[in-house]
Amino acid sequence: MWWAARAACCATKPALFHRPSFTPARRAAILRAMSADSLPAFPLRPARVHEVCGAGARGFAAIAAAPMTRVLWLREAWLRETLNPVGLSAFLDPARLLVAQAADQSDLLAVAEEALRDGAVPLVVLEISAALDLREGRRLQLAAKAGGATGLCLIPEGMGSNAAETRWQAMPIHDARGCDDSTLMRWDLIKNKSGTLGAWHVRWSTEARRLDLVSPAGE
Amino acid sequence: MFDGLQRRVVSIWFPRLASDRVLRLRPIAGPFVLTLREANAERLHCLNQAAERQGLHRGMSFADARAFCPDLQSRPADLQAEARFLHVLRRWATRYCPWVGLEGDDGLVLDITGSAHLFGGESQMLANMRQGLGRAGVAARLGLGDTRGAAWALARHGEGCAAPGAPQAALADLPVAALRLDPDLVTGLQRLGLRRIADLDATPRAPLARRFGPAPLLRLDQALGRQPEEITPLAEPPHYGVRMTLPEPIGLCDDVMAGVSRLLDQLCAKLAHHETGARSLCLTLRRVDQEARTVELRLAQPLRDAARILPLFERGVAAVEAGYGIDQLRLEAVQVERLPARQITHMEGRDDSQLDDLITRIGTRIGLENVQRFLPADSHIPERGFLISPAAYSRPEGNWSAPRPRPLVLFPPEPIAGHGPRPPARFRWRRMALSVARLCGPERIAPEWWLSDDNWRRGLRDYWQVQTHQGRRLWMFYTPQAPGWFVQGEFA
Repeated sequence: MWWAARAACCATKPALFHRPSFTPARRAAILRAMSADSLPAFPLRPARVHEVCGAGARGFAAIAAAPMTRVLWLREAWLRETLNPVGLSAFLDPARLLVAQAADQSDLLAVAEEALRDGAVPLVVLEISAALDLREGRRLQLAAKAGGATGLCLIPEGMGSNAAETRWQAMPIHDARGCDDSTLMRWDLIKNKSGTLGAWHVRWSTEARRLDLVSPAGE
Repeated sequence: MFDGLQRRVVSIWFPRLASDRVLRLRPIAGPFVLTLREANAERLHCLNQAAERQGLHRGMSFADARAFCPDLQSRPADLQAEARFLHVLRRWATRYCPWVGLEGDDGLVLDITGSAHLFGGESQMLANMRQGLGRAGVAARLGLGDTRGAAWALARHGEGCAAPGAPQAALADLPVAALRLDPDLVTGLQRLGLRRIADLDATPRAPLARRFGPAPLLRLDQALGRQPEEITPLAEPPHYGVRMTLPEPIGLCDDVMAGVSRLLDQLCAKLAHHETGARSLCLTLRRVDQEARTVELRLAQPLRDAARILPLFERGVAAVEAGYGIDQLRLEAVQVERLPARQITHMEGRDDSQLDDLITRIGTRIGLENVQRFLPADSHIPERGFLISPAAYSRPEGNWSAPRPRPLVLFPPEPIAGHGPRPPARFRWRRMALSVARLCGPERIAPEWWLSDDNWRRGLRDYWQVQTHQGRRLWMFYTPQAPGWFVQGEFA
């Protein structure tokens, strides 16, 4: 009866993807199920605070934000580098993004805690400039757990907090094969509280709006 | 109708309202005018007495006035501020009677029927008005009559006071222009030899109506009291303030919040009655030692739901030092916006109330204008391709598209060493030695000449996407008109 099973499979699959009540949360769940074996800790575990460092940290945050319904991006007002929403539109619709400019890091952490605890925004991205101590990191973690929102700290190199659920290092690398669409990145999972570590080469596909795993180039 | 009381109307005319308003704030000696730009020419809008003595008049071109009077001082007119000032005067005039309306844009009309005796009679009342306005530095001319038309005529043409019940006697010698007629009509009547109101009254009515239409006779009848004319008082703007005085002082946070909750219920009922929502609230807590503490709350959207506003006050109230105790609470909606009742349907989009409350709470900490969102803008200049606007005062909109690849991060241009129109093969940027692996470009972007932008002083820019061997993908540009290389963004 293999043909019957196959027909049933063909009949249900398109219906699943084209149903009008197909919510972003459901899509995220499906994508997570599809990539579960390839990238174990990504998409990031919800209701936890994660960290990412390295030159590709903002790209990592943009990719993490892509399936989210709303994103709050917290930064300190004195930073010279600003997000470019036109460039960001390759990842997510900038209409879903809110940016909050805090005067210093203590304000930024207070706002982040408030937003995580509230849970109205499923992803809160924090650009922090100084290392968090254990108390601050733990408070963010508890707030995320209470509100069910995900936190993502963009940290300077080597300034991780012990309270983080996972810590990633995202580095852009040169791709000899050539593609001007997006940057090839190497994502190192350098800390994981519930799972193993690993390293992957990934690339964001702008047309398909999904993350592609790339096999590393041969030496 | 008035139980035997004769109706009495006062008309106040402010002949120099605009210039008096400005000179009250900053007195200037010598001729002074306010100018208004009309039909591409500066014209005199309002003059002070010294300027009038020099022979200047309203509507004259400002250049001519300067030629006549070289030491003329001027200021641009502000029509909105004038209208506000007239409303202030109207509010002041309600001390004489409750029935005060506006007369054009430089006058007031008061129905003082039955209130003159409170000031000791009509002449004392007029003297009181004159004294008050004179002290305030506003020139005014008053007219008192039985009808609105008679009072208007007496205020503007021969200041005076008509005796009760005899409007004809007071108005007979005034010119026909005192009947609130169009200038053309006045000229027409004068050509027929009808110069005074008495002449007009003595003329047969039918030919006059056939020739000039109903306007002159209507105005005449209104002035002489044969036809009624109403005075429309302006409605007092609603006051969104409530307060509570306590017999014993309180100091606990919960007690204060309970008081605020009661005040909010009253305030929100008032807001709902007027179909408005509060945008900004101010809670004043008066302490026993006569000090007062204020808690301000700015909301991310107009609200009149007490249950939603109350928790937003918690943070501010907790920070108040109660001292010996608080014995008066006052809550005022400082800024309100229209919030009509809405039909609730299943067709409506997502409910954003939770997000708006979060924005409000974040805004109390870092300032409501620091919570921002991006809106698309129509410009090919990278820095101006988007607008940043406060999230509380804008809605997400627009569709974003990037026809050409744009970097994720932008920063002010950082110069690097390089020569020639092709990107340098090796360069140093932010103390990193980078070498170019692949190039894509150039994409030429010209400055917007209709806007002066200091950042685009160097003229045209040729943008290149540069992929380095070290991995980073940079957005660099070359300025051919003033040679130099800069890095402006980084792709992701």
